[in-house]
Amino acid sequence: MRTALDLFTIVAVTGGAFFFLAGTAGLLRFPDTFTRLHALTKADNLGLGLVILGLLPRVDSLVTAGKLVVVWLLVLLSGAVASQLIARAQRRRETHP
Amino acid sequence: MIAADASVALLIVALGAWVVVARATFAAVTGFLAYGLLLTLVWVRLHGVDVALTEAAIGGGLTGALLIGAAARLRNTEAAARAERPGRLVRAVAALAALAVTAALAVCVLTLPVPAPSLAREVAANLAATEVGNPITGVLLAFRSMDTLLEAIVLLFALIGVWSVAPDGVWGGRPGPQHRLDPDGILAYIARVLPPIGIIVGMYVFWVGADHPGGKFQGATIIAAMWLLTVMAGLTDMPPISRRWLRIGLVAGPLAFIAIGLYGAVAAGAFLAYPAGFAKPLIVVIELALMPSLALVLALMLAGAPQRSDLR
Amino acid sequence: MNDATIFGLCAAVLVGLGVYGLIVNPQPLRKILAFNVVGSGVFLLLGAIARRGAGAGFGGDPVPQALLITGIVVAFSATALAVALLLRLHDATGSVTLSSDAPPPPAPAADVDAA
Repeated sequence: MRTALDLFTIVAVTGGAFFFLAGTAGLLRFPDTFTRLHALTKADNLGLGLVILGLLPRVDSLVTAGKLVVVWLLVLLSGAVASQLIARAQRRRETHP
Repeated sequence: MIAADASVALLIVALGAWVVVARATFAAVTGFLAYGLLLTLVWVRLHGVDVALTEAAIGGGLTGALLIGAAARLRNTEAAARAERPGRLVRAVAALAALAVTAALAVCVLTLPVPAPSLAREVAANLAATEVGNPITGVLLAFRSMDTLLEAIVLLFALIGVWSVAPDGVWGGRPGPQHRLDPDGILAYIARVLPPIGIIVGMYVFWVGADHPGGKFQGATIIAAMWLLTVMAGLTDMPPISRRWLRIGLVAGPLAFIAIGLYGAVAAGAFLAYPAGFAKPLIVVIELALMPSLALVLALMLAGAPQRSDLR
Repeated sequence: MNDATIFGLCAAVLVGLGVYGLIVNPQPLRKILAFNVVGSGVFLLLGAIARRGAGAGFGGDPVPQALLITGIVVAFSATALAVALLLRLHDATGSVTLSSDAPPPPAPAADVDAA
């Protein structure tokens, strides 16, 4: 049981790291702001979500697991708001040069 | 683990170099924000979780917000500043000075005394008398409480310094520009959703600092940030700095701290000494009194000098 | 070569980088940034020393770490004061040059002091 949980942690965290890598590659290679934001949100949601999912078997109490999930939800919320603000500012800059 | 530490150290040095040599100021400020957050990771590796929380909140968050605001306001001075870049001789001398400082510090690091002197044992032996479980809180509020008191007063002095550069016409006015409220906008949405959560998280971080990493500085920063968020969305406005409740709130914390110190001088023989058995209640009172003042002073320092007159 | 030494050397490099940036960059905001890099390098050095003082069940010596928290807060307040001075200089003269042989600034369009 312990090795199964450890394997799950390794797979999930590696998957999360892969999405972070993909998001960073998108940030560096995509041509404009909107596509870069699109790449970054993949890193935020999926990457962090998988990392936290992988860490859940390793916590020792339910409260700590709850705190980890709350951290993920707050990062989702702030990432979504920041992407909206950046996208709107960029759009405004493009339509009123 | 050496590989992990070495790679984080290399990344930090690369980001520090980027902050120094980047051409555009905004890119340098963004790099500095990332640098502050990466430094948080370094602090966790060095087993200083309280310091990591403070670095994330104040070093990364508040300083980053301050510098981004300044970079935005100074955007049109970029070209003039770039024309002033120094010549080759100044750069060579600067590089030599930098190398000399780095070499001196590296020699110091490599020749530190080998049985490392430490006060950990004394702190562990005396922590039970303070009835708090977190040694950092014990040091900050019991063993070196004079430093914490002076730090609170230094913050007030810095705030007075920031306020005193206001132009005569707006003396005592409101800091920062009037932020326009867009009631359907996303900023107004998050300024309504996040502050209740943020205040609970801030109070939790403050309360749990007695026995676990946390404390009043980190909690006060979170609460200050929530207030600033509502101001930036336009939901509330910064109060004029001449308001009496504002100034009373700022000094209430340090005054309570000094009062408890004088009580300790009378009841336990030395300024800021705690009578036996009263350590935990007095520490809790100090923290409860200091935290609102801290949140006020941190938010007001970020808001800056007054820019709008009180009368408008 | 344990983690304290690695981060101590990293701190030494950061202080050097900050000193270079402080001297070379003409713009005051960049100087403030470089000064913050120097400050964080000094804090990191003290943190490495605190790590070496681990013992009695703690991962690091608590006394330097508590002083570091004080230091970070005071460094933020110094940065806030420096930025306030810089923004006032910008509002009053229209530029942020620190050199003494720059041409005298033009009179500001709106008289800021009488606003």
